[in-house]
Amino acid sequence: MQRIGVFVCHCGTNIAATVDVKAVAEAMKIEPGVVFSTDYQYMCSEAGQNLIKDSIKEHKLTGIVVCSCSPRMHEATFRKAAQSAGLNPYMVEIANIREQCSWIHKDMIPATEKAIILGKAAVAKVHLNTPLTAGESPVVKRALVIGGGIAGIQTALDIAEAGFEVDIVEKQPTIGGKMTQIDKTFPTLDCAACILTPKMVDCAQNEKIKIYSYSEVEDVKGFVGNFSVTIKRKARYVDETKCTGCGICTEKCPMKKVPNEFNLGMDNRTAIYIPFAQAVPKVATIDADYCNMLKNGKCGVCQKFCTVGAIDYKQKDTFVEEKYGAIVVATGFNPIKLDNFDEFAYSQSKDVITSLEFERLTNAAGPTSGTLLRPSDGKHPHTIVFVQCVGSRDTSGCGKTYCSKICCMYTAKHAMLVREKYPDTEVYVFYIDVRTPGKNFDEFYRRAVEEYGVHYIKGMVGKVVPRSDGSIMVQASDLLSNEQLHISADLVVLAAAIEPDKSARSLATMLTASMDTNDFFTEAHPKLRPVESPTAGIFLSGVCQGPKDIPETVSQASAAAAKVIGLLAKDKLTCNPCVAEANEWMCNGCSSCEKVCPYGAITYSDKEFRMPDRTTAIRRVASVNPAVCQGCGACTVACPSGAMDLKGFSNSQIMAEVDAICK
Amino acid sequence: MIFSYYPGCTLKTKAKDLDRYGRKSAEALGITLEEIPNWQCCGGVYPISKDEIATKLSSVRALASAKEAGQDLVTLCSACHNVLKQVNNDMANDEEICAKANRYLELEEEYHGETNVIHYLEMLRDKVGFDKIKELVKNPFTGKKIGAYYGCLLLRPGKVLQMDNPENPKIMEDFIRAIGGTPVIYPMRNECCGGYVTLEDKALANKRSGKVLENAKDMGADMLITACPLCLYNLNKNTDGYDVPVYYFTELLAEALGVKD
Amino acid sequence: MNRKDKQEQILRMSGVNARKCMRCGKCSATCPAYDEMEYHPHQFVYMVESGNIEPLFESESIYKCLTCFACVERCPRDVQPAKLIEAVRVMALRQQDNTHMKKGDLPMMLDEDIPQQAIVSAFRKYTK
Repeated sequence: MQRIGVFVCHCGTNIAATVDVKAVAEAMKIEPGVVFSTDYQYMCSEAGQNLIKDSIKEHKLTGIVVCSCSPRMHEATFRKAAQSAGLNPYMVEIANIREQCSWIHKDMIPATEKAIILGKAAVAKVHLNTPLTAGESPVVKRALVIGGGIAGIQTALDIAEAGFEVDIVEKQPTIGGKMTQIDKTFPTLDCAACILTPKMVDCAQNEKIKIYSYSEVEDVKGFVGNFSVTIKRKARYVDETKCTGCGICTEKCPMKKVPNEFNLGMDNRTAIYIPFAQAVPKVATIDADYCNMLKNGKCGVCQKFCTVGAIDYKQKDTFVEEKYGAIVVATGFNPIKLDNFDEFAYSQSKDVITSLEFERLTNAAGPTSGTLLRPSDGKHPHTIVFVQCVGSRDTSGCGKTYCSKICCMYTAKHAMLVREKYPDTEVYVFYIDVRTPGKNFDEFYRRAVEEYGVHYIKGMVGKVVPRSDGSIMVQASDLLSNEQLHISADLVVLAAAIEPDKSARSLATMLTASMDTNDFFTEAHPKLRPVESPTAGIFLSGVCQGPKDIPETVSQASAAAAKVIGLLAKDKLTCNPCVAEANEWMCNGCSSCEKVCPYGAITYSDKEFRMPDRTTAIRRVASVNPAVCQGCGACTVACPSGAMDLKGFSNSQIMAEVDAICK
Repeated sequence: MIFSYYPGCTLKTKAKDLDRYGRKSAEALGITLEEIPNWQCCGGVYPISKDEIATKLSSVRALASAKEAGQDLVTLCSACHNVLKQVNNDMANDEEICAKANRYLELEEEYHGETNVIHYLEMLRDKVGFDKIKELVKNPFTGKKIGAYYGCLLLRPGKVLQMDNPENPKIMEDFIRAIGGTPVIYPMRNECCGGYVTLEDKALANKRSGKVLENAKDMGADMLITACPLCLYNLNKNTDGYDVPVYYFTELLAEALGVKD
Repeated sequence: MNRKDKQEQILRMSGVNARKCMRCGKCSATCPAYDEMEYHPHQFVYMVESGNIEPLFESESIYKCLTCFACVERCPRDVQPAKLIEAVRVMALRQQDNTHMKKGDLPMMLDEDIPQQAIVSAFRKYTK
């Protein structure tokens, strides 16, 4: 018989305001096996932990139940306390009477009743607990960063700096991401390329960093410390090891009418291309959708002109398998499509553009060499209207419910730069709220208004009407003067909401990492573990976790790197001892468990058994590799003969809990 | 193909052409439109207020009648289309309105929004197919620059009517292409003509219709087509000095199919 | 009926949750009858939400709404201002002896081309 102690936590008023904690402690005293029961204000505090430790010793407890918050919060705390008092940590059970009781109920009487039931269930379980010992598994000292934007670059550089190997997988032909398309950065207005390209070069030159450009993650297996990842290297039809990036092929390619994605389709590129001058790696790529040689075998110009023989029309996709200890997701974002917002006439006029397109129109490497000209007729615009919150904060189903966070600041930047470069241009910004929290951010926005004379108007645009003479009628609200405005503009710039890159969803499935309803990756804890996924060994960097500007992205990227370094610095990881175990006598060799195991932890082998009649039989039975098993329990449900059981969560333990609840 | 057909009051009087050419064209396309027996006026505008029940009943009767016949219900007038679809949406999704209407009507079988209401244009797009129409065109409107005028009732509210993208529709443009014309896209095509307020405020109707016509003309339209008698009235009468001929789309369809008188 | 009752009834009749409004003004930015209105769509939402309804009852604005659903379609918060305006209008008309179109008014408004659709709409919009 166990000697069980019960500790009921008040959690200040978090629990005690809704649950009569004294009554719970009292009720637990009469449960079988309970030799001690008490309550305390903060069980997780040092005094609370000491109370537990002292009680274990004093009452010679063999198991304890803590009625407190979620085990995700403090299970580890209480296990450690128990261990220091000489108790096996797996003899500790948590009854969650906060998240699953006090926080979700209002009335004290039924809430107290429920807390008692939850406590009883935990006591019933502890009776069947057995001491468990955690094993160890080795850590592969190499990290994978998925996505080569500023987030991925910063994370990779920091990991490499600590001396660990790190690979970047980037689906585009070059690393750099969205930041390469941005002209200047707020609030300091330094040139994005000037601060980004040195980091890109650092990545290329760092011997610890390997860049898989034009590649995608195809498959992920394994677990923290020991992931096995298949990387698809898409055929670029150019031998990366030979290409010098001289660019002669891009000059000679006769297929010159390919929409240039780097400039968002506002100009053209050739079928063989290097995205931009500072691309890393600076290697040409053939766009198979447009290359005449690949489509119908007629051309071959690039091959003829290539001096190093790098062109290879026969190149195929190849697959690389690599082992990693940690994976960082840095898949970034895209502006949303504006199909649902055509009251702004984006599809009807070339002079209604997105903010990212505007960046290209003001960038020296853009389609207009940095001179702000209208896409339709190449004329200088004299009146520009900026529209904020296009598709952000939208609960109608057309856009995104969240604030995209970066638009207020980049629009202030755009407005300011226009007024600085072209003082004869009138600039209107329609806003709902101006949100500028951040160091020197509000000062920046106010400068746009006060020093540069940008007209900020509180209100939204309702309708945009392009006219045949090239002018654009903008109909909008001015809420402060209670007027409907009609502005004849030359250029309309829409601050489109941002959304996670489409690749994130399938990647989340591969990584078994959770996402929210907007397809942003969720963090292990929104406040205290913001750069970790709840899935061990998966870390988050940049906008894949939520909208962020560059300073915030870089901070988070470094934070993710620090977490990865902390993991890779360990030689071994303590494994979760709550793993599955097969009862070989009951196993019928059906392979059901092997099929459902997401970690490949189960294998079958033929074993000799001595039968009751003293004969020897050879039977095919399952066995679990405890270093690989993550204790998900899928096999225990799949097993038709009940041979699979999960240590610490055995069928009998769970049934005992259910019995206690239903009693 | 047989459909139940709800013409509505205006199509029996001032908008006979919309109806007549619609029926002739349907016949030429091998479609039978069976007029619902004893239909009553839909009321012209959808009664928005949740406690307006009586004003929705005529629509429910028509909807239930089509359900009884086991047919999709085709409408032609934009206003009827708007009212019937919105009432149908209430009957399917608003329990209170549905219960009250059923209690009042005492139909043999309760009506819960089962009927599929489609506009004549949707019938052309989804049941006949614009490609098929293209094949059957005898007198194409080659070289004609035609602007589609959607107005407000044909598309909005988009979530209920579910006809096309309410901000960038293409069903009428595709129709124009099918009859051989060149569609002119102008952004005011889904803005209101002034509607029924024309009765007491001609200045407003002039201003609204004027803006539509100005924009259509500016973008190069030789003529406009509409599915709404009230839009046709406003765009013809309250032009604010802008002169663009406006036709019912069925008239152009009948002409293209060679069945216009 | 006191202020609060009126507010509650209007919200119930319209089915609108005025609290969803984030005050962007897109409804008024898109309204084709804006210039003819004393109170604009965003003001309807704000005034109903704050219980300041009496001025709306008294205003001609309630008969200027074209029911074109542009504000309903374009509102980023799905507030549907047109439904509120309609509820205020219906409530005003339901008051005893109140009507916007008297018996003799109609013939003066007609011309020979006016479609029936406009007349039935006017009855629905201007009378009980």
